[in-house]
Amino acid sequence: MKKTFPLFSFIACFALVFGIKTYISYIPKSEVSVLENEFDDSIEKKVSLPETINYNFDVKPILSDKCYKCHGPDPNSVQADFRLDISDDWYRKSMENENKKIISSGDLSKSELVDRIRSSRSSHQMPPPESNLVLSEREKLIIEKWISQGAKWEPHWAYIFPSEPEKKIDFKWNIDKFILHKLENKDLNISNEAPKELLLRRLYFDLIGLPPTLVQINEFLQDKSDIAYEKVVDKLLSSKAYGERMASIWMDVARYADTNGYQDDTERTMWPWRDWVIHAFNRNMPYDQFVTWQLAGDLLPNANKEQILATGFNRNHMITQEGGVIEEEYRVEYVADRTVTTAKTFLGLTVECARCHDHKYDEISQKDFFNLFDFFNRLDEDGVISYTDKAPKPNIRLDSNLIKEELPFIKIPDSISELDLMVMKEADNLRKTYLLNRGAYDSPTEIELNGSMPSAILPFNTNFEKNRLGLSKWLFDPNNPLTARVAVNLLWQQFFGIGLVSTSSDFGNQGALPTHPELLDWLSIKYIEERWNTKKMIKRIVMSKTYKQSSKPTPLKLKIDPKNYYLSYFPRQKLTAEMIRDNILVSSGLFVDKIGGPSVKPYQPPGLWDELTGGSTSNSLKRYTMSTNGNQYRRSLYTYWKRTAPPPGMITFDAATRDYCTVERQKTSTPLQSLVLLNDPQVQEAAKYMATSLLSEELKSHTENIIHIYRKITGRSPKKKTLSYLIDYIKEVEKIHLQKGESFDNSDAQHKVYTSLSLLIYNLDETSQKS
Amino acid sequence: MEELNKYFLNNNRRHFLKNIGFGIGGLALGSMLDPFNLSDSNGMSKLHSGSLPLPHFAPKAKRVIYLFQSGGPSQLDLFDYKPYLNKFRGMDLPDSIRKGQRLTGMTSNQSKFPVTGSLYDFKQYGESRAWVSSLMPNVSKIVDELCFVKSMHTEAINHDPAITFFQTGSQQPGRPSIGSWMSYGLGSLNDNLPSFIVLLSTGNGKPQPQPLYSRLWGNGFLSSLHQGVQFRSGKDPVLYLQNPEGVTKEERRKMLDHLAEINEAQEKSFGDSEISSRISNYEMAYRMQTSVPDAMDISEEPDHILRMYGKNSYKPGTYAANCLLARRLIEKDVRFVQLYHTGWDQHDNLPSQITRQAEDVDQGTAALIMDLKQRGLLEDTLVIWGGEFGRTNYCQGKLTDIDYGRDHHPRSFTIFMAGGGIKPGFSYGETDDFGYNIVKNPVHVHDLQATILNQFGIDHERMTYKFQGRRFRLTDVHGEVKKELLDI
Repeated sequence: MKKTFPLFSFIACFALVFGIKTYISYIPKSEVSVLENEFDDSIEKKVSLPETINYNFDVKPILSDKCYKCHGPDPNSVQADFRLDISDDWYRKSMENENKKIISSGDLSKSELVDRIRSSRSSHQMPPPESNLVLSEREKLIIEKWISQGAKWEPHWAYIFPSEPEKKIDFKWNIDKFILHKLENKDLNISNEAPKELLLRRLYFDLIGLPPTLVQINEFLQDKSDIAYEKVVDKLLSSKAYGERMASIWMDVARYADTNGYQDDTERTMWPWRDWVIHAFNRNMPYDQFVTWQLAGDLLPNANKEQILATGFNRNHMITQEGGVIEEEYRVEYVADRTVTTAKTFLGLTVECARCHDHKYDEISQKDFFNLFDFFNRLDEDGVISYTDKAPKPNIRLDSNLIKEELPFIKIPDSISELDLMVMKEADNLRKTYLLNRGAYDSPTEIELNGSMPSAILPFNTNFEKNRLGLSKWLFDPNNPLTARVAVNLLWQQFFGIGLVSTSSDFGNQGALPTHPELLDWLSIKYIEERWNTKKMIKRIVMSKTYKQSSKPTPLKLKIDPKNYYLSYFPRQKLTAEMIRDNILVSSGLFVDKIGGPSVKPYQPPGLWDELTGGSTSNSLKRYTMSTNGNQYRRSLYTYWKRTAPPPGMITFDAATRDYCTVERQKTSTPLQSLVLLNDPQVQEAAKYMATSLLSEELKSHTENIIHIYRKITGRSPKKKTLSYLIDYIKEVEKIHLQKGESFDNSDAQHKVYTSLSLLIYNLDETSQKS
Repeated sequence: MEELNKYFLNNNRRHFLKNIGFGIGGLALGSMLDPFNLSDSNGMSKLHSGSLPLPHFAPKAKRVIYLFQSGGPSQLDLFDYKPYLNKFRGMDLPDSIRKGQRLTGMTSNQSKFPVTGSLYDFKQYGESRAWVSSLMPNVSKIVDELCFVKSMHTEAINHDPAITFFQTGSQQPGRPSIGSWMSYGLGSLNDNLPSFIVLLSTGNGKPQPQPLYSRLWGNGFLSSLHQGVQFRSGKDPVLYLQNPEGVTKEERRKMLDHLAEINEAQEKSFGDSEISSRISNYEMAYRMQTSVPDAMDISEEPDHILRMYGKNSYKPGTYAANCLLARRLIEKDVRFVQLYHTGWDQHDNLPSQITRQAEDVDQGTAALIMDLKQRGLLEDTLVIWGGEFGRTNYCQGKLTDIDYGRDHHPRSFTIFMAGGGIKPGFSYGETDDFGYNIVKNPVHVHDLQATILNQFGIDHERMTYKFQGRRFRLTDVHGEVKKELLDI
């Protein structure tokens, strides 16, 4: 990356001069490494050195990038028995001059490291010439300044509690001030506010996952008051669709599905839990409570049914019913899944590695893993369930009367009198947890563990219960450095596509550094101060100028910050799989707006389930039967999720598989996506329906009709050029039909033309983007 | 370098379009007339090039056909001849052999484990004198093309984790399939078809065969550009491939032209590279509407070829028909064709089931390999035949003179390979007289995966993808290239 970048920038400038567009490659975010590597040296040089050098942000990335290869954590490649990742080694005596140390705090002249990085002798110089690694002048200066300032070691940045930005008199921080501060350093500025129509559509999708209707658009365009935008924000945040939008994100995290996932993939009933999630978001349940109930609702004093229902979160993992499976092997998998999901979702930690051995990059030991594992290892549960078991133990039974009285948010159909579903419950005789050698179910060691959390993050308070409730208390301990950061980062990601920490599931050493550490900290502190008020935090984000700005970059912005890490314009993002389909339903008028209840089965090409089961009759789910009575037009949140054959349209558009916890979806562009939008019967039907409703109204000119359809689908009026292309298209299609001898007074032919036009608009880039 | 390549690629394309004065329609017209040469003649790059500086060293193979035999074929009735088991038929499996190794829940409560040999005749064939049973008459004729590995072993004992392990290197879901890894690392060889294609067929051996899971050909954490694309028999071989009823090709072309114009204008105003990839995806989708049915259309195959694959090759969706399709796809330079044939799970009624099951695959498999050979494609196409584990030497259920069943056996089983620089006419590895434990040259699943990648010039330890802080490999942290299997 580093090497090709200046060359690329040069070509890019060259291209711009000649008015040719440049193309910036899309790299999946998981490949993005330390952020600073992405930038052109020449831009960095302009920036003077920070007044105080920060070890984590300024020094560690250099050491990690240029030195760890031979002096880092990997024991197999350490040279001269010297590691730069441990501070103990820094202050060692120099081997070549006994008056010196490797690093002598505050004294450059007594630090061998300085001699080495400044040396011109090839046998002495560090990094050695043959490594092809070179320290830039600026990097050398940073290391030196850090040493003269005392070369103090610090724990990993994310393990230090967030700090408030410096208070100035009469100065109130807000999101934009942090963003602007960074932008000014890069000679950039925030963009103007986006055009009203684009902004409204962006806001609708972000807050409720659905597009605005023509009436809603017109209303907003006509409202010239200062609070027009804020009024919409408040309206959307209090609409029930807000909970559905938030829930659709949470379904990925919770690996929610309607089937068990292994082998014959039988059905389960977890949708009442999904209805609870919608409800919890809609009543703006504070995040600490939202999480505590899901992790440990059953352990709360006098736990009520709703609190127990919430614990379904950790039963959403896959469960096998394959005959002949060794129970314990799979039971251990389920416990490990809960362990990994919990760490990833609430702590931004990847603990999978620590199941088999101490983590190679982060301070998480195998013991830490099994300490957390222990919290989830205390259920009286089965490793293998039967084919007919829809709610494997532990479970609760809810009858329809109780639901009506105590849990009215569960949309139970009249035809069902009671529901059984999986929840968490401590067994009467608690199982002991032993560290498993290499994580294998059949290799327990003698080492017994009983519930704790990594002290590198925050020591587990001895007053906390040694169970899931204690775990929740630890997560929301006022001194926990990770929980709030990880949560606000996920919220940020929801709006800007990329978190302030771009690796939203990894806040460890291998993860990215935050682009705006002060902003991340400030938001975290606010979230805690405001008692984890999610709607308030969201409102703060969408009210910011940073959020409201235009998504149009200038050539200069593209050059200085090609990946838009610093947000000098709003990052365009592809709509999610759910939004793409829901936009089709809403804009065409097919949409059926009904909250909650059992999952539904929309259009799906025939035979997909049968093909995988090979016509097996043992499986009640072998054949897909489409829903009727409007249920096929419900929000995609409610689409039935069979794990071994997930809905093809959704998967094609990068929906998560739900096989395991996902906090960040892929963002890809493939030919199969084009085929779905062109030929899926659902899109066809929507285009036809659009034409039908247009023709049922008083007919206007082609131009007016085109504008009408275009606005319904994209939320904005077409630009002049676009309009002329579309008029041209209509004429071409008419011609094709005329050649076939069809008459154009004929409404059937008109219907074909407008169907074709609607389909074209459904396929536009504009339609699939949050601009 | 990726940025640069992309940059030049895009500019070349535009330049080309302007110069020939056709517009996008012209491009598509060109590709319809000459779908496979267009990209080469004007310097356009392929659909997507590999994401890594690969190959690491000179490759022997360019393409794979993986004939996955789902359910666990009985090596003891097909390839691993154990006369000892016939001699001591009914004897309880000695503890000295079983060594307390784990069993599935299906037989772990059996009080006895009576061993049983095969009901089928074994003979040695070809110059290589390879053992094959009478269940595979056609395969037995081509043994000199094949490399048998009789000492495969795996860690999983149940279907779901075992297939997932073979396909992704991990028993638990979430990792990319081997075909996705190849697509990611090496890129596509053609501009008109996906680089990783999946074909399914249902075996006749078992009334209720084990199911498959779409995650087996999933891209895991890699871009979904690398996911396996299922080609189905019937009128819509790829989901949503067909234009809706009443939409003519001409109308569709017009739509795509206008779509491209508007999208290009959009791109100019936002400078979003996503849009240019969107435009080319629509063109690829359009080309697939021609190239996929073309590839699936066997009507141009001469009779003698169809006869070679057997009578089932006329029936779309059968294993034989899929073998023929696999060859057609390989001819069109698809990188990885993955077949799955279900039904190899003979817990009971093994003799009657396996006869039908073997008949499903015997002729098609042999024909495919010889057909590739006669076209000069076998040299750089690696064919792999095998299941997720083997079957036990002892009987599951009641042992009678004419009937027996076998449980899952991960400790040892047989697969075979052909072409792709693998040593032909060779058998590798050995099991004990009971056919239970491996006594010579064990090959672990990760070893097989490492060896497959090796044939493509890929060092399995160096093809990695960083995801959530860790660099992942197909072979996890294991695997060793089995050099003895290579034809050097």
